This record gives sequence, C-alpha cells and structure tokens, in this order.
Amino acid sequence: MMTDQIWRSEEQAVFALRGLYQRYGYAPYKMSQFEEYDLYVRNKDFLVSDKIITFSGEGGKLMALKPDVTLSIVKNAPEAPGVVQKVYYSENVYRDYREIMQAGLECVGDLTQYDIAEAVLLAVKSLNILGSRYVLDISHMGLLAAVLERCGFDEGQQKQAMGCLRQKNTHDLKALCGENQAAWETLQAISACRGGAEALEALTPYLTGEAELAAVQELKALLEMLAQGGYGDKVRLDFSVSNDLGYYSGVVFRGYLEGIPESVLSGGQYDKLPRKMGRKSCAIGFAVYADLLQELNQEDNLFDVDTLILHDGTVSLTRLHKAAETAGKDGSVLVATALPKGRSWKTLVDLRGGAVK
Amino acid sequence: MKDWINVALPKGRLGEKAYGMLKNSGYECPAIEDPGRKLIFENPEKMVRYFWVKPSDVAIYVERGAADLGIVGKDILLEYEPEVYELLDLKMGKCRMAVAGKKDFRDPVGQTLKVATKFPNITRNFYAGKCRDIDIIHLNGSIELAPILGLSHVIVDIVETGTTLRENDLAVHEEIVPISARLIANVASYQFKDAQINAIRESLQKQVEET
Repeated sequence: MMTDQIWRSEEQAVFALRGLYQRYGYAPYKMSQFEEYDLYVRNKDFLVSDKIITFSGEGGKLMALKPDVTLSIVKNAPEAPGVVQKVYYSENVYRDYREIMQAGLECVGDLTQYDIAEAVLLAVKSLNILGSRYVLDISHMGLLAAVLERCGFDEGQQKQAMGCLRQKNTHDLKALCGENQAAWETLQAISACRGGAEALEALTPYLTGEAELAAVQELKALLEMLAQGGYGDKVRLDFSVSNDLGYYSGVVFRGYLEGIPESVLSGGQYDKLPRKMGRKSCAIGFAVYADLLQELNQEDNLFDVDTLILHDGTVSLTRLHKAAETAGKDGSVLVATALPKGRSWKTLVDLRGGAVK
Repeated sequence: MKDWINVALPKGRLGEKAYGMLKNSGYECPAIEDPGRKLIFENPEKMVRYFWVKPSDVAIYVERGAADLGIVGKDILLEYEPEVYELLDLKMGKCRMAVAGKKDFRDPVGQTLKVATKFPNITRNFYAGKCRDIDIIHLNGSIELAPILGLSHVIVDIVETGTTLRENDLAVHEEIVPISARLIANVASYQFKDAQINAIRESLQKQVEET
C-alpha cells in the first residue's frame, strides 16, 4: 500500500508499460536531453508543437531541449535487409515551456506486417494496463491519401477534406464535394465508418484502386488478429483519426481512456519520415502521454497522512517513537505539536497532557 | 449502460432555441425553465445536465471535457480551432463573417492594410490566403467605430442584417465565410457515449431538415 502511495499513478503506469514492452523484445532507449535544433526545424510538421525551447550550445550551435523522441530514434536506426530495431522509452519532453512525461515505443527497419500489427497490439495492451474502459480508434493514412487523390482534390481541398473527416463534419464535407457526387459518396461512407470488421465490410464497396484495396486487406488482417486476441470490442475503425499526410503512410491510431477528455495514446506508421532523412527503412511507433493520467484516481488522495500524532514537548522520546512505530504499521505518520494547516489526516492520536485521546 | 450527458449551452437567444430543439428530442429538463440563480440544471431521469456559459467559452468546456456536447457558432470554431467533433450544422443563428469598411473604401494596395477585429485568427488566415500584408488591431467591441475614426481601413466582423453598418455609412466589401450554430462533441466523450450522442445528433438533424 505504501509503495502505491509513493509512486504517483502516472509513474506506476510507466513502470508497468516498460515491463510490457520489454516482454515483447523491445529494448530500453535513453536519449540525451539536447539535440541539434536543425533536426527539428527540418521536420517541423512532424512535431506536435513547433514551440521548441532552444539554447546556444558549444561553438555557437543552436541546441533544443528535446520536444520529441521519435526523430532522434529514427535518425540513428540501423539500415540493413531483415533488420528491425525495436526500442521503448520513458522520457520527459519539452513543449510550450512545459515538461511532459511520455512513454512509448518505436519499431524501425525492414518491417513486416507482423511488426506493424504487433505495435498496434501493444498500443491496445498499453491502454488495457492504464484503465478498464478504453478504446483504440484505428485509421489508415494510405487509404485516405489514395481516396483523396481519386476524388481529384487539389492540395488545399485535400487539407480541407482531412479537416472535415477529423472533425466528423459531414455538412462542410458535402459542401466541399459540391457537384462531385462520387467523391461525396465515398467520403460520406468513410466518415460514417465506425466499428470492427463489419464496418470495414460495409465500407469496402465504396473503395477501388490498388492502394485502397491493399489497405483494406491490411486492416482486415489486423482487426482479425486483435479480435482473436480478445480485443475485438476495444478497437474501432474510425477515419477521424489522422496525422500529417507528409509523414504518415499506413495505419494510424489514437487511444482513449474513460475519464480523460483527450487521447492518451497516439501513433502510427510513418515511413515518409525516414524517406525524408534519406533512409530506406519503414517505421511505426506510438507515445503514451503519461502526464494526462494524473486526471485519473484523483479522489484517492483524500488524506495527506494516515495518522497525525500530536504532542506538547513533554512526552518522552521513547513513547513518541513507539507511538509513531505502531501507527506506522498502518500507513504514514506525521508527528507535530500543533494541527498542521492545510493538511488532512485519517486518525488523530493526541498525546498532549500525557493522555491518549 | 447509460451515462450522464453534459451539455454546454451558449447564454442568449441561440442557446434557448437550441435547448428547445434538445427538449423536442426528448432531453427536456424542467428545472432550466425556472428562472433563478442556479448554474447547473439536471434531469436525472433522462441523465442529462445543462449549463449556460458565455458563447465564446462553449468550445473550451467541450474541448476540456467539462461538457460532452455544446452548441457553438462556427465563428468561435474558426477562431479558436478547438480539437472537437463538429457533428451537425443546426442552420440557425445564421450570419456571415465579412470584411466591411466605409462605403467608398478602396484597398490601399501599396501599403499595409489595417484591420480591426475581434477575430484575429480568422483575419490572419483569410489575408494569408491572399498574401496581403496586414496590421491586425485587436478590439473587444464596437468594432464598427474603427474605420469611422480612421483607426483601421477595414474591419472583419460578424454581419447579421447589416443594419449597424448601414446606419454608420459602412458596407460589406467581401464575404469570408457563412456562419451558423454547430453541435460539437468532446472527442473522448464520443468514444464512450457514442450511442447517446448519435441519437441526439440524429434527432436534431431531423428537426433541422423539417424546418
């Protein structure tokens, strides 16, 4: 019980997640607090926020307090046929002048379909560790990119369409499609798609083309594997999940826990990032925003201490020590001569005046 | 399993109208119709809870999860760009976001355009699309005064009937985007209460289509 109290809920969660990733062969990855600013500027759109804290480093080089872990891992990943680097991390990252505790994993290299499916499975299992009521929404950037291309949208329209899908905004989506009835029918079906294999099946007649059907096959196999693993009711296809088309190329997903008003987990397959770095490898990963877990179990801390022992300075040291030791068996103890302001306690042992009250 | 649904309504006529639609959808809350100083109104039988908030705050309540659903103007969504689902256009509270100025205004293309507005983000995005250099003057009210007093060349503001503009010798020079009230939902609430939220959305949609 004491251990549970000492470790904050987000620390306990990160501890459990590390164990999970290790069991699947992921190795710990420790990175330095600073990276060259240049790395982040070149890949600005990949970052969640562009508010990066910078410092002048040795020789006048501009350094950044790391706002992200993925870029550093991908930059250093090995490249060889059949080689896959699987790493996990729990690091503090710095964005918008805030320190954010983040845990997650990255799988980079010559990936197979299994590596991708395993990463998604680990995302579901991560949520399972963090809470009992959770959902993982899954989408596919390759599928969305192919559909938007087929609709004949220019870059600006594609961006608008992605925005509408992200917001489940079908009224503006319809206006965007205008006379293009075929585009509207497909995008409406995509926006309405929510659920498991049956939702995918209902969507399939609206999809054509090699890339779209390849994505359907990939999603079908993935959903089947997750359903077999007992997570069928926890994962849902939902194309409101989307990430930057310039980086993400395959499956993308977002996890939600009941009681937390935003997604606690986010990730996906981002093959286009290594390409931009001149590398051939493929990559998938996700991050768990451990800081958000503070919002859970807030009512657990009703008391600051379990026992408060009050004395007036006349009680012998031996007696005080014994009282503190005895009370300490049931939890935390605070010994004081006056009621501490602004703190709460479950039990009060009053030794003032020599009596136990 | 049925969960409580928290709804943030914008204070004023729009919110009252929206409550009327929610009431027609079977989510009535008699307590809200009694005037008083209460802030939150509940109907335990329907498991719905309403609260009135400043219209520009609705999106914050919903984005942060204090409310599962909210009714908000498209202007607020465009200005603050909250991470919420925009589920339905309620097609009420219709107006437009527009550039207005003196009737005889001519764009001084050779210099920076001074624009007074309550909506700096919408203004910035609109003029960025035109690659026009602007100086935004952020005001909180009586925007129409700015071009009359020479504080700005033009204003970017909501225009409903255009009466205030006309009475002050101002006119709309360009329309930016039509505005109306939208039903929005918190993204995480939607994951766990989607059946209830979609039932409300569908009922409201039916009412919108009937009018």
